[in-house]
Amino acid sequence: MKAYLGIDLGSVSTNFFVMGQDEEVLVNIYLRTQGNPIKAVRTGLARTQDELPPGVTIAGVGTTGSGRQLAGIIVGADTIKNEITAHGVAATSLVPTVRTVLEIGGQDSKIIILRDGIVTDFAMNTVCAAGTGSFLDRQAERLGLPIDQFGQLAVRSSNPVRIAGRCAVFAESDMIHKQQLGHPMEDITRGLCQALVRNYLNNVAKGKAIEPPILFQGGVAANAGMKVAFEEALGIEVLVPKYFAVMGALGAAQLAQRQVSNGAETRFRGFEVSNWDFHVSSRHCHGCSNCCEIVEIEAGEKSLACWGDRCGRWSEQNPAQIA
Amino acid sequence: MKVTFPHMGYLYVPLRAFFSQLGIEVVVPPPISQDTINLGTRYSPEFACLPLKINIGNFLQAAELGADTVVMAGGIGPCRFGYYAQVQKEILADLGIHLDMIVLEPPQGHWRQLFRGLKSLAANAGPVTVYRAGALAWAKLKVLDKLAKNQFVIRAREKVRGSTTQTWRIILDLVDQADSVQAVYIAAEQGQKLFDRIVLEPHRDVLKVGLVGEIYTLLEPAVNLEIERLLGEMGVEVVQSVYLSNWVMTNLVLHTFHLRNDGEHYQLAAPYLGSFVGGHGLETISTTIFYARSGLDGVIHLAPLTCMPEIVAKSILPQVSVDEDIPVLTFMLDEHSAEAGIQTRLEAFYELLKTRKQRGHKNNIKQIKNESTILGRKSIIESLSWH
Repeated sequence: MKAYLGIDLGSVSTNFFVMGQDEEVLVNIYLRTQGNPIKAVRTGLARTQDELPPGVTIAGVGTTGSGRQLAGIIVGADTIKNEITAHGVAATSLVPTVRTVLEIGGQDSKIIILRDGIVTDFAMNTVCAAGTGSFLDRQAERLGLPIDQFGQLAVRSSNPVRIAGRCAVFAESDMIHKQQLGHPMEDITRGLCQALVRNYLNNVAKGKAIEPPILFQGGVAANAGMKVAFEEALGIEVLVPKYFAVMGALGAAQLAQRQVSNGAETRFRGFEVSNWDFHVSSRHCHGCSNCCEIVEIEAGEKSLACWGDRCGRWSEQNPAQIA
Repeated sequence: MKVTFPHMGYLYVPLRAFFSQLGIEVVVPPPISQDTINLGTRYSPEFACLPLKINIGNFLQAAELGADTVVMAGGIGPCRFGYYAQVQKEILADLGIHLDMIVLEPPQGHWRQLFRGLKSLAANAGPVTVYRAGALAWAKLKVLDKLAKNQFVIRAREKVRGSTTQTWRIILDLVDQADSVQAVYIAAEQGQKLFDRIVLEPHRDVLKVGLVGEIYTLLEPAVNLEIERLLGEMGVEVVQSVYLSNWVMTNLVLHTFHLRNDGEHYQLAAPYLGSFVGGHGLETISTTIFYARSGLDGVIHLAPLTCMPEIVAKSILPQVSVDEDIPVLTFMLDEHSAEAGIQTRLEAFYELLKTRKQRGHKNNIKQIKNESTILGRKSIIESLSWH
């Protein structure tokens, strides 16, 4: 049977999703990137191979996320797409009538507006990472809470405290202040969720027409407190899809299927890539005054790709699917 | 006297010509690099907008190369640019760098100051020399603007990625080296021939995207992270809204003689914005509407972070985008702009525009019409007449 692999190499998590020809879910893996994207891709590939039912061959591979180029080079992707497109595709495949996607990941948050199944507008956070997964992770840790209990606790509160959410650093000091006053933990966590939602709606979602159906996806959607806070602020039901944490990878798998739908042969290097030795080096090019930082990725002795140059002197030789 | 000036795109070419013709030694600041930006941000107030910071970087680097005089434009109106020169003078003085600053105020109501500025530059030059210097600079600016426009059409269709950019660098040097008006036109024709030699894929499905916003971020590639090149290499034909030669003609010459002819264009913005808000805020709105109605696929809005006129425009654009049914993407740029983030947004915007077009959006019809006229190379590029 043919199947399609999607990889979302993000700042915090690296996700793998394998989808069969009729969109049946075969593999669904969520890994922490932990600052080592190459290792995360190799580990994920090995696990994907283990979990794949017998008789399945990978007919197409798509990558997305901030590390999409790197992942694409390592595995040999058929399509390398930005995360906004991937998340939009994934959302429409689950809820074809979806009009708004709220996506909060490890280091960025975005809003995608769709009409009639196509993306018509989007925005990403630019200056501030308040409200993203990394910040919530850190606060849960500071409160001594496992992150999966954070949301449950927040939902139980009936009297949230007001926390200033304009800036992550100030939100933290405000939160400490409220703790020192003796407020119960659930009220503080609920207050924090509300502050982060306010921040998101005032920055990322500013000026966007948020209309139902609304999907909430990305790792932070696991936090029930955030879902409730969004519903409170918007006054509309917010849906969390079953595969909320791996939606980027799901979208990448679908994009891969589309890419090879004309019968093209996949560029997938095979699962043995998980045993290859990859080496990344960077250097300054002194060809002109731009002094670009060139990154080169090699497998053993063989150079796979270069990027970072403005003039194309180094990246000219890259495979065609790399932008 | 060794004169320097701030960089803004290829403005250095006409300015070098102008001052050299006046018999003044010119020190062109090194091209804007990370060093320039670091220097500038180190000595500028944090909340000043990026152009001021980079100007400071340019001046400091030029001073290192021996410049002793800065020629800077002044300004009037609500935009902070008007007192840049004054602030920069203070910053340089605080640093103990001795650079004389000659501020050229715009002619509207400042005739005397403009004259005084020019006179301190060209004390020994007669009116004929000044006229000749002006004519040479003007010729260079005009041909470069025209070639730049062609560059956007070609780059979106180039077969070998980067070939247009390489040629463009050669053309800049050709025009820069020309030492008479006649030589400028010859260089321009040579440049056009180089463009003609680039191998194209004339049938490529090209999207058209307009660039609007603040003039400095539009014209200086080091500041907008070479957005024109990035878009072009994605297969997008860029339609640039600001060309310096047009700007000078409209705002400095025609305006002064009350002969401006762009009133109708401004009227487009009237339902949203009734008055001049400084800088290019009003143009951003009216040009976006104009582009939507001329069948462009999308508009990208550029501005430096904290730019007041463009913040006004930015808050109006979502409504314009809905009313005129055209996607708009805004980038507010400063020294912290991350290339990766911009790349991601550009790619997503490209996908958005492409999907819209494939879905048979209304602009589609106009697009096809355009495509059929550009199959032959001649018609892709505006037929050129330099005189």
